[in-house]
Amino acid sequence: MLDVLTQVAQLALNGIMTGAVLAMPAIGFTLLYAVLGFPNFAVSGHLAVGAFAGWILNTHYGWPLWAVVPFGFIAAGVLGVATQRVVVEPLRGAASITLAIASVAVALLIENALRFGFGNTLRSYDLPLARDVTIGALRFGPQQMQTAAVAIVVMLLLFALLRYTRLGRAIRATADNASLAAVKGIDTVAIARLVAFVGMGLAGASGVLLGADTAIDPLIGFRLVLAVFAAAVVGGLGSIPGAVLGALVIGIAEEVSTIVLPSDYKSAVGFLLILLFLTFRPRGLLGERRN
Amino acid sequence: MDNYLIAMATIACVYGLMTVSLNLSWGVTGMVNLGIAGFFGIGAYTSALLTTRLGWPVVAGVASAMVAGALVGAVLSIATLRLRDDYLAIVTLGFAEIVRLVALNELWLTNGSDGISGIPAPIPRGYGYGFSLAFLALIAALLALAAWSASRLQRSPYGRVLRAIRDDADVTAVAGKDVVRFKLKTFALSTAIAGAAGAMYGHYTSFVAPDLFAPLLTIYIFLALTIGGTGNVKGAVLGAFVLIAILEGSRYSAAFLPELSAVQQSAVREMVVAALFLLCLRFRPRGLVPERMGAAGE
Repeated sequence: MLDVLTQVAQLALNGIMTGAVLAMPAIGFTLLYAVLGFPNFAVSGHLAVGAFAGWILNTHYGWPLWAVVPFGFIAAGVLGVATQRVVVEPLRGAASITLAIASVAVALLIENALRFGFGNTLRSYDLPLARDVTIGALRFGPQQMQTAAVAIVVMLLLFALLRYTRLGRAIRATADNASLAAVKGIDTVAIARLVAFVGMGLAGASGVLLGADTAIDPLIGFRLVLAVFAAAVVGGLGSIPGAVLGALVIGIAEEVSTIVLPSDYKSAVGFLLILLFLTFRPRGLLGERRN
Repeated sequence: MDNYLIAMATIACVYGLMTVSLNLSWGVTGMVNLGIAGFFGIGAYTSALLTTRLGWPVVAGVASAMVAGALVGAVLSIATLRLRDDYLAIVTLGFAEIVRLVALNELWLTNGSDGISGIPAPIPRGYGYGFSLAFLALIAALLALAAWSASRLQRSPYGRVLRAIRDDADVTAVAGKDVVRFKLKTFALSTAIAGAAGAMYGHYTSFVAPDLFAPLLTIYIFLALTIGGTGNVKGAVLGAFVLIAILEGSRYSAAFLPELSAVQQSAVREMVVAALFLLCLRFRPRGLVPERMGAAGE
């Protein structure tokens, strides 16, 4: 009995660590949705770009993880602004669904560009190996703890930006009502680009953390994308605290599901939760009630 | 006719079924199906399993594939039809991945990545050239039937409601139409057609595997429909043929880049497809055959 409890506790702990990393692209996805008004499926490609940018710096130039994360953020963020300008802005006025489909094509374009350059082989970051830490009966992987800590720092910075700065207020105003924000003199086009930078940057930074934790290939983001959607939908599409909560729920649910399901089906858990929430509570855990 | 051309025309007809399906949901009604590859897969496996394991006749297999496609489409759309259209996009995109996951992992049922081979055809394969021609005639007839029914449907009062839903669902609801019911039925019909496409593909090549319905397939269909013109059946069918021409053309042009590895060549092809799609959306969103906006009552 105690064994089962320990096992569940260990899985829940792993789930929280997974959730912390998952929260970053989920925040990015939900932020992009709130401000730009369409589900931007290109987060998967930008996540992979961040992972590869970090990998180059880490393995070729020997940068440590903490220094590589901001670089992954910037690389994916800059690409995010570029796709915003080249693809999204010219399609302004098109239905949100058209933009969603276009974003799938963007992801395909980016992932294949990576495939062209790096091939399909799995690559790993060059990081010092460390022994697991045991507290009581629970095991903590130092690498995972480090990635979870970095994820938490990044999220705190984002919260501070949104909550306490003028810029953050402008972003929240645009998300609430873009035309009203424009009337008040906010440059909504510039805000949209900034959000593309931050949202895709978050995906890129999480790509670095994921890469440090496992291994990378051009489809690293694609494999995660279902969990990202699930986190955003469970938390409430458009809600940033919701995305964090949703990511933790998905992370824990995926890990605990391995008790009863083969681990190949981890990503099915996210899909199941999407269906359940859309059927019974479409605004998610923390989403606002709106149509 | 050249064997190669016959084979390409046959594949184009299979794709044509999928563009007709997507036109019905996305082009006419405005419901985006980013999981069309998943429905293709459901249809392919349903018919393949029933005909190889249980020895059902091909006709019954294809019919069951359509039923399976319709049922799954109905279930997925029920969860999302009352919500913004974006949710259907998320759910269908995720669904296609789940289908692939199941096909890869349930070895006892699907044989995993090895796929199912030895799927029977409705016409004896031993006829060789005769088989290819007869199958093309069959699939072309099926496509013609689907296209004809879809365009009849579209021009009927029912189709007018669908277009009204696409253009403004709220106004349509105020006009007394049960929007959710219309959407549910239409989506199930469109996924049934996608299921039929998958089933026919399996019976043609005698082999299905999870690789066949990678997400790329969905992009192909969106590209085909966008090239041809959304909202009308002629454009949908034309788009499928243009798509096959582009794909085959790019296969030949890859020969001009011999210094690239196979992985790089396929990466270039996929990039070309994605870029073409984005260019079409930007510069020719109404396609080669634009939708005609008929006068009321036409």
